[in-house]
Order: sequence, then C-alpha cells, then structure tokens
Amino acid sequence: MTYEKFINPAIAAVPPSGIRRFFDIAATMKDAISLGVGEPDFVTPYHIRNAAINSLLDGETQYTGNRGMPELLEEISWYLEHRYQTKYDPATEIMVTVGASEAIDVALRALVSPGDEVLVPEPSYVSYSPSVIFATGTPVGVVTTAETEFRLTPEAIEAAITPRTKFLILPYPNNPTGGVMGREDLLKIAAVVEKHDLLVISDEIYAELSYGDHQHVSFAALPGMWQRTITLNGFSKAFAMTGWRVGYACGPREIISVMLKIHQYGIMCAPRMGQVAALEALRSGRLTDYEDVRKMRESYDRRRRLMVEGFRAMGLECFEPRGAFYVFPGIQPTGLTSEDFCNRLLLEHKVACVPGTAFGACGEGHIRCSYATGIDKLNIALERMEAFVRQVRG
Amino acid sequence: MKKLEMQLLDLLQEDCRLPLEKLAVMLGATTAEVAETIDSLEKQRVILRYAPTINWDKTDRERVEAMIQVSVTPQRDAGFDEVAKRIYRFEEVKSVYLMSGGYDLLVLVEGRTLKECALFVSSKLSTLEMVTGTATSFILKRYKEEGVVFEEGKTDNRLVITP
Repeated sequence: MTYEKFINPAIAAVPPSGIRRFFDIAATMKDAISLGVGEPDFVTPYHIRNAAINSLLDGETQYTGNRGMPELLEEISWYLEHRYQTKYDPATEIMVTVGASEAIDVALRALVSPGDEVLVPEPSYVSYSPSVIFATGTPVGVVTTAETEFRLTPEAIEAAITPRTKFLILPYPNNPTGGVMGREDLLKIAAVVEKHDLLVISDEIYAELSYGDHQHVSFAALPGMWQRTITLNGFSKAFAMTGWRVGYACGPREIISVMLKIHQYGIMCAPRMGQVAALEALRSGRLTDYEDVRKMRESYDRRRRLMVEGFRAMGLECFEPRGAFYVFPGIQPTGLTSEDFCNRLLLEHKVACVPGTAFGACGEGHIRCSYATGIDKLNIALERMEAFVRQVRG
Repeated sequence: MKKLEMQLLDLLQEDCRLPLEKLAVMLGATTAEVAETIDSLEKQRVILRYAPTINWDKTDRERVEAMIQVSVTPQRDAGFDEVAKRIYRFEEVKSVYLMSGGYDLLVLVEGRTLKECALFVSSKLSTLEMVTGTATSFILKRYKEEGVVFEEGKTDNRLVITP
C-alpha cells in the first residue's frame, strides 16, 4: 500500500532533525563520550522526587484543571514577579503545559494564520521552524553570528521583515550558542517590535542558567512589552526536571485563553505528578532562595570556563557563552564542514557533538558541545578533540 | 571566607586530583592565586589532608568498626577537651565527637576483629578514670559516607544526543 495520498505533504516536506543521525551512530558506541546531550546531568533534587512519590502514595492520580493546579499557578506567578519582575494573574494569564515544548507548539498554533511570517533567529533550537510550519506559517531565519556574540540585532530583524511578518521568536539564553541578550540589546529589539507591530514569543527556558555578571532580563519586563509578549518557561533546565514534562506559558489573557483552547482539547492537562513536583521545586526554592538552582548553576559555570579555555587552547575560536550549558566553538581552521567534523570526531575519536548546521544553515563552521557532563569526562573529551584537531590541521 | 576559597573547597572535596591549571580555569582565577589559596587553607588547617574514600569491604582486609557511646566526668579547667585527648590518642580510635544528648563522647574504633575492638573497650577505654560508662555498637554495613553511596554505580539515563 502506498500512503502518499494520506500523508500531509506539508509535514512530509519537513526534514527530520539533523541530530537524529548522530544519535543513531553514537547510541551504538559504548565508550563514546557524548557532548550532545541537551539536558542537565543532575538528577532532579531528591526532595522534589519525594514530593511526587508522596502525592502518588496519597492517591493524587487524577486530571488537574486545564490551566494547571491553582497552587502551582500561584507559585509560578510569585516566582516570575520576584525573579524577573513580570506580573501575571495566576487565574487568567498563566497556563501549565507539557514542557515548554508544548507551549511553543500551542502558542504558534493559536496565533499563526496561513502565510504569516515568523522570525526565527538562527542558530537556535531545532523545533521552532518545524513548529511554525506545523502551524501553517512561514519561518524566516534571522542570522546571528559569533562577531556579535550571537545577539539578535535590530538591523538583522529589519532586513527580514516583510508586510507578512507578525511574530518574533526570542530564544535567549540561546541553545545552541549560549548567547544572551542584555537589557540594552533587548530595548533595541523592543523598538523594532513596536515600530512594526509585532508579537514576541520569548522562550526563556534557560533564564536561570545565566553566568558571570549577566542577569537575565525578561522581555515582558521591558516598558510597553508585556502586552506584546508570550513568555515561555519551564522546570526542565533550571531544576533538572526534563522527564517530568512541565512548562508554562504566560501572557495577556486574550492570548492565553485561545492557547488554552488548543491545550484543553488536545492535551487536557500536564501530568499531575509533574505538577506536584514543580510545585515543590518552586515552594522550596522560595524558602531556600533557590539553593538547588544556585548550586547547579555554579557547577555548570566552572565547566563552562573549562570548555571555553580548552577550545581556545586548541587554537579554535570560542565565543564565551553566558547562558544555557553549551559552547559553540568555530571549527573553520580545520577546513572541515561541521557535519564532517562531527562524523569523524565520533568515529575516529569517540566524542559525540552536534554539527552547528542542525540549528540552522548559519551554524556551519561551528559545533555544539554540551558541558552538562562530569568534569572527568569533559577533560577526556577535550584531550580527544585536541588530538583530532591537531591531526586534521597537520 | 572568600568566595574563591569556598568554591575551591567544593571542587577539591569532589576531586582533589584536579590539576592547579584546571582549577584556576574553572574558578576564573590565576594558577598562582589558586596555589596561594590552597597553601593558605592548608596552613590554617582548613584542608587537613587529601584522602580517597575507600570501600574496604571490597578488599581483603579484615576490619571491624564500632561506635561507642561514652559517658565521662568532665575535668576541672579543661572540660571535655582533656578527656577527648586522652581517648583520641589511642591508635585504634578513628574519630571522636562531643555530643549533645544522653551521653558525652561518640568514639569510632577500628580493629581487625570483634575481639580486638571489645578488648579496646574493656581494657583501654573503660579503665580511664574519667569514663563512667560505655555502650558499644558494631557497624554491620556501610551504605553512605561523606556523601558517597557505596553500592550503586553512577548511571546516566539520558539519551546520548538530544536537541
């Protein structure tokens, strides 16, 4: 039987993630060190796991309201107000989603109409452009480069804007580059957003993982931007809770109520167990001034310095990331494409990285290395990579 | 205590074999600063030694440990410190703590056999003039020490590559 006539050609045309192929090879190599993992190497703090266990023992196994548990919505509201100076009414302006991933999907489906153009900075997380296409929109890449520390510039946005442009995805701190946007940078973007009457989907999932003197600024906290922003966040990265699948979306009630419609009919609610765990993460965080998060951040920060220094010592240019847990060094001096570099590095030296091109064409000449891995393994990986770079450079 | 000192202690407690250069890079300090800080921590006796955590149960060494609750009469002028000193000087004694609660000192003793530990209590410890009572418990199994779990190895449940 041929299924072609049954399959939506628009979906069939979307290429599979560039990460997939490396996953298939790396998964078969037992002694390979993977720097390709996009999740924390910490296990969810025990008190959070324990809260979920207790709720299961107490028989809390039912659906929750579509928006999420009221106590969790209250805590999220408090957290955002005190941490990022953005105010959202827990009853109408926040919804809990199945990870920030669902929030991206639902936001785009609720907002984008056929043919609308959505600006997607590149390199960036692999899901944005496909999600725009699934939502019948047209993704338009906006290139960011190492020269401007992978910041989004107003000039680049202006150059990409057409009469059909309606939305801008703002993915900072950025996966895969580790780039961040400070208040001054964001104010320039805000001016363009205002001028062209755009709406911003700000994916701030890595907000807690900001390093050095960089303080995360929430786009919605800028003057006049609250009304124009849907803020997405979640528990996966900051609290090491990837498998629990709990995220949230916040924004003007008129927009959240439309997003809620899709969530309500499509998903019903985020898993209760995950919501209970998320509630514990925020409640205990409030009491301890987010000590869990601070400890993990400090640990990433040390490894971040180790990696940047390691790549620079190999003679590769490495922009200093100030967010997330990735470095995105340039591999141009090796003369290899990102894809070839990663292929050979994996097969010949048993280190798995992700080619920069998986995150947009402008990622060519770069590789993404996650440093959410033990220091001992990072050191071995750096040694192996150094040997490889020396070998290919002759 | 300075931030650098605290961060350095955190790192060294995890792995004290990290080279100075790596420590310096991770802490954003110079190699000289790290060397000086370590030196000063050693001089202040904040860092006392660099020792691995060993699971002796996996070795051939015969070894018995006992925890002994000791009640004592504090000494004039020196309080409990003098008593503790009299006890910790015995080679068999691995640790001594002053405790709140129903007894005064907790003494951890190591010997090759049960008999050896018992002999220590009956002939050396309980014969000290200030010791008024002892209660000995033998350790049957060690699960976790200094934050390290003995049995389980580290497992990484993560997929090797994720976006």
